[in-house]
Amino acid sequence: MSPAAWTVASIRRALEAKTISARELTKEFYARISLENPRLNCYLALSPERAYARADAIDENFRRGESLPVLAGVPVAIKDVLSTRGTTTTAGSRILENYVPPYDCTVVERLETAGAIILGKTNCDEFAMGSSNENSAYGPVLNPAAPDRVPGGSSGGSAAAVAANLAVAALGTDTGGSIRQPGALCGVPAMMPTYGRVSRYGLIAFASSLDRIGPFAQTTEDVARVLQVIAGRDPMDATSAGAPVPDYLPASNQPVKGLRLGIPKEYYGEGIDPQVRKKTEAAIERFNRLGCQPVEIRMPHTAYAVPVYYLIATAEASSNLARFDGVRYGLRVNGANLSEMYRKTRGTGFGSEVKRRIMLGTYALSAGYYEAYYLKAQKVRSLIARDFAEAFKKADVVLTPTSPVPAFKLGERTADPLTMYLADIFTVPGSLAGVTAISVPCGKTAEGLPVGLQIYGPHFGESRVLQLARAFEAAGGFAG
Amino acid sequence: MSRTASRTTQPAEAVAPEVLARYEPVIGLEMHVQLKTASKIFCACSTRFGNAPNSNTCPVCLGLPGALPVFNKRALELAIRAALALHCTVHQRSRFARKNYFYPDLPKGYQISMYEMPLATGGWLEVESGAGRKRIGITRLHLEDDAAKNMHEGFPDSAEKTYIDYNRGGVPLIEIVSEPDLRSPEDAHAYLTALRQVLLYTGVSDCNMEEGSLRCDANVSVRPRGAQKFGTKAEVKNLNSFRYLQRALEYEIERQVKHIESGGQVTQETRLYNVAAGRTEPMRSKEFAHDYRYFPEPDLLPVHAGAALCAEIAAALPELPDARRQRYVANFGITPYAAAVLTDSRELGDYFEAVMAAAAVGSFPAKTAANWIQTELLRWLKDAGQEITESPVAPAALAELLAMVERGEVTAASGKAIFERMFATGKPAKQIAGDENRTQISDSAAVETACREVIEKNPGQAAKFRAGNEGVFKFFVGQVMRATRGQANPQAVNDILRRMLSAA
Repeated sequence: MSPAAWTVASIRRALEAKTISARELTKEFYARISLENPRLNCYLALSPERAYARADAIDENFRRGESLPVLAGVPVAIKDVLSTRGTTTTAGSRILENYVPPYDCTVVERLETAGAIILGKTNCDEFAMGSSNENSAYGPVLNPAAPDRVPGGSSGGSAAAVAANLAVAALGTDTGGSIRQPGALCGVPAMMPTYGRVSRYGLIAFASSLDRIGPFAQTTEDVARVLQVIAGRDPMDATSAGAPVPDYLPASNQPVKGLRLGIPKEYYGEGIDPQVRKKTEAAIERFNRLGCQPVEIRMPHTAYAVPVYYLIATAEASSNLARFDGVRYGLRVNGANLSEMYRKTRGTGFGSEVKRRIMLGTYALSAGYYEAYYLKAQKVRSLIARDFAEAFKKADVVLTPTSPVPAFKLGERTADPLTMYLADIFTVPGSLAGVTAISVPCGKTAEGLPVGLQIYGPHFGESRVLQLARAFEAAGGFAG
Repeated sequence: MSRTASRTTQPAEAVAPEVLARYEPVIGLEMHVQLKTASKIFCACSTRFGNAPNSNTCPVCLGLPGALPVFNKRALELAIRAALALHCTVHQRSRFARKNYFYPDLPKGYQISMYEMPLATGGWLEVESGAGRKRIGITRLHLEDDAAKNMHEGFPDSAEKTYIDYNRGGVPLIEIVSEPDLRSPEDAHAYLTALRQVLLYTGVSDCNMEEGSLRCDANVSVRPRGAQKFGTKAEVKNLNSFRYLQRALEYEIERQVKHIESGGQVTQETRLYNVAAGRTEPMRSKEFAHDYRYFPEPDLLPVHAGAALCAEIAAALPELPDARRQRYVANFGITPYAAAVLTDSRELGDYFEAVMAAAAVGSFPAKTAANWIQTELLRWLKDAGQEITESPVAPAALAELLAMVERGEVTAASGKAIFERMFATGKPAKQIAGDENRTQISDSAAVETACREVIEKNPGQAAKFRAGNEGVFKFFVGQVMRATRGQANPQAVNDILRRMLSAA
């Protein structure tokens, strides 16, 4: 966090003191975006008309004596898989290049109602499929911490926008690590809420049983503030949970002394970059000094998480992406007949990683393979969920690195999808189990690359992971 | 291709009846029934038929990116109602599944249906066919969303383009799959009739076949009579009226028999009934050869049909057609035939019962009401093109008329004329009878006067009668009835005439 970065609280103070208006603040961000975005490529589309209209409404209401809503004037960036009425929503894909949704997703509606200013739509891997943002049809995002490196993915644009101070907060989506990993690689706190905690209505689905929407922000406190606004039951999403939403700021502002930190052996084996390992151990040490108790635990099914994830996620994706058929919206490439139109439209519109996953998923669901692949994967998924349930009997949270490696160089891994998939090893188990997690920066490598610490909590344990993250941040900042 | 085409597009030459008789058809029906809900199955859009194209749509039923389905509880209630009326076991836990295939009328690229965990299984329906009653098994009943409607005709550029109306997309359907228990097109017709009647009685669907609320596909095979093993079946689609169902089945059975008789084997395939040509034709394999890649729908929670909900729905089920027929025969003493006519629709039965309820005890027999409804009311309604619910003659009004006839205040002939006036004007029977002076003349003085006048005017005929010609008695009755404009009580006329003619 640069000293100049705004937070929800500092914006509120400035608005109340009338040292800045919501319009002026919005202008400040757009000015910085026009300066930085051509290089970083965080934003795919901006919505200044909408942003200024909202900002003016907030200024006007405040002038008339109304109190400021909780996120008054807070400029936010929205990942381009989230539908925004009137603003192109491409999901990073050529097939939706000119698609303008006629409706807002629930989270955008809730943010605006709470006073947030939607600046624009952020770049991402096509249909959120990727870990480096290099799968975007609109070019990669550069990591603000190291411009020759990837920002992580798939929510790379959102993470980089916050890291580069081009937004105070951002929304991303996480299916197998797509919020947490770019958060770690860009050095900003990033949260995956429990499955069902935040409505998915309006989120262009990748894998419906895994997709979550969650916030990036400059501080853990702001992550909690944004989560507060977007969390809660939505009648438009049958899988959204009715469990009451706690008041996250007070609930997470408790002493952490005595809390048990689960350290699963399976997450600290081979394949972790030595500097990442060192920073993670230092983070555990910091918690030690705060009076937390590390507990060694076992999560025996961790090794199966990546293959299980790539069966379930691709199977669901193969079905979710069937609607991009050139019939009603998005790209259409005409053909001599219907099936040729389908083939040409999808052949032209989808990138190679998306096609690869549609093929994998179609195969996994095919007659004769369904039992061996999809059904078996679902069974192993419940074993992985049980690992977490067991872990949370022995520990209050589970601590792991977010990513086994820091930000890698652009183009370094694009030729090898399997290595790319394996980098999801620490994030996909929690996706499959439906639990919550936050990634917080825990220092930098010698090259100055951010390292992220992942704090897993049980279902609806957002207050608990925020509590640990805030304590960690308060005890030494994110610099490590 | 050309051989296949020539074989299947030529009208089938008739197979000799004695050859046909050596085979037994085996038929199972798959019905798709639109539920009578106000809104669609997964969104709040209206289900109304006939609105401007694409006016009843939203992001959910258009399958826009990011939209999610939310299950309409009313659709579940109606589906459970149908399942219970068909004696199915309703499963406490069922689950939606995605049926994946590409077609322009399917905006999501998949249909949300049920697969390995359907809502209900194992029911039956009794039907009346041929020799007697027959129990037809119901394999399963499940919920799904309807597709949109491709419109290939009616636009200036219809030669090059197909338009899509998404109003129907997302309308709730139940699919009802029967066991292969039907043995003839007549069985199938009877099953469809009985099923439709149950669905109408229970208010599950309006079963309007022209509007596509009730659609039918059939699985058809034939086997030598006496054989245990089923033959290879063909699926015949597009049987969307009673007439087409029967014709298509007749055609398909004959086609299969002919094929086997000429040494061929029936291929397992999907065929479409071509209404204009009156025959079934194979669909191109690309149009149906799908691996649907079913998997549980992750956007919806499993469906819970709890015991309490099912009990509540069962308790609110109306009396079903079969039970009602039996009760009419037992309690009202009408014939099984009349009972069948009167229970044809729930509304007609309700009308009949309302007539009986409006009558004072013993004021006329149920048989009379049954006859009048069948011969008068239904005829007039049919001529006027009206439904029973639109009848200008209310049940109480008909009851009043029938009581008047029964008491002899008007003759049956006058009663029918009065009924006609009631139907046309909506006025009560008493008023019409008074206005038109149709009240029966039972007053014996008036009848005697009329009789005396007729006898005096016709001395020759009177002499003939007295000479033993019984035939002329009818002449006298006719003359008296004419003189009294049909209002004399026929029994009184008879008695008085006979007394006067014999006395002289």
